[in-house]
Amino acid sequence: MENLLSIFLNSVFVGNILLAYFLGMCSFVAISKNMETSIGLGFAVIFVLTITAPANWLIYNYLLAPGALSWAGLPEVDLSFLKFITFIAVIAAMVQAVEMVIDRFSPALYSSLGVFLPLIAVNCAILGTSLFMVERNYSFLESMVFGVGSGVGWMLAIVSMAAIRIKLKYAMVPKGLEGFGITMIVTGLMAMGFMLFSGITL
Amino acid sequence: MRLCGLFVSNGSKRVRKMKITHTQHFKVFSEPLLKSNPVFFQMLGICSALAVTVQLKTAIVMGLSLTFVLAFSNLIISLLRNVIPRNIRMIVELSVIATLVILADEVLRAFLYDISKQLSVFVGLIITNCIVMGRAETFALGNPPGLSFLDGLGNGAGYGSVLVAVAFIRELLGSGKLFGFSVIPQSFYNAGYEDMGFMLLAPAAFIIIGLLVWLQKSIIKE
Repeated sequence: MENLLSIFLNSVFVGNILLAYFLGMCSFVAISKNMETSIGLGFAVIFVLTITAPANWLIYNYLLAPGALSWAGLPEVDLSFLKFITFIAVIAAMVQAVEMVIDRFSPALYSSLGVFLPLIAVNCAILGTSLFMVERNYSFLESMVFGVGSGVGWMLAIVSMAAIRIKLKYAMVPKGLEGFGITMIVTGLMAMGFMLFSGITL
Repeated sequence: MRLCGLFVSNGSKRVRKMKITHTQHFKVFSEPLLKSNPVFFQMLGICSALAVTVQLKTAIVMGLSLTFVLAFSNLIISLLRNVIPRNIRMIVELSVIATLVILADEVLRAFLYDISKQLSVFVGLIITNCIVMGRAETFALGNPPGLSFLDGLGNGAGYGSVLVAVAFIRELLGSGKLFGFSVIPQSFYNAGYEDMGFMLLAPAAFIIIGLLVWLQKSIIKE
């Protein structure tokens, strides 16, 4: 239990998927101009990560990992080189399926999240989480917690960035630094702040 | 007669070569290097760009892998552009890109195992790098294979040059080395110079990229 809690806190703060590993930057820069869309996209990322991380764990450990096919009588087969193409296909399929389910059962949620779901399929943060999960040898429960934690961390980063950018509109930014440049520098300062959490041990 | 024709075509090629900087091919290749650099101006592909820039070595390998994937995905998609049905083009593009990334990853693992370990998941993340998908969508689907290939090379080189610039600053200031060799003389350290450990941490990459964008925008003005 303590282990799970520390994985969660680590993925939200110290090992924040955006601020420490630079994943999901493209949509971060493009979307953080607007507060409402940032919140919407944040929730969509949490949602998709919560589903795809465990789904990819199951697929990797029962189909792709070295020796994973022993239940089918093929103990020597190693398909782990297929993990990139499988993960991206699973993510795209999951996003599509989630979109259809939401559309069928909750039109209100669909109208607020729907636009973001296709965007998410190519968000590096989603694929990155699945790849980190394989690299760090997480168990099923751990990968689930890691997925949720990464999503929460990403949302925290984009929502605070959107809040900062609202204030930035009134700041006197030097010429040439407006927009992208100042966003990167502010992100850097924010990343510094998040690094301070690394002093906390559980 | 045929020989004659060959000579003529050779001759005309030589004429064109003299003004190579004015051809469309050269323009397609050179524009993304400075004027429309994918990282600075289209703000694409910074996702994985920064994590590998602690050392020059990894940055160069990453730049080369991305250039390889980008150039060949552009070439293949451009060759297939009249065959791909419009509705499923995303899936086709993704599978072409993913296949090339697997190739690049396996080659790195076989010949440059140490660097491949350091790059860890970031080679795999080339699949979701917006530049690759973006060029396939906006350029390769509407242009002939030769031009698309050059466009891929140009964008890859533009991306690589940003990576190398950031890595150069971070490795030099952060650990006083270039390509792993110490370049700052010992006498500097004796006189009280110290490496900036901050440069090796994640926030430094964001700040350097921001400053580079500032530099680029104030120098290259239209």
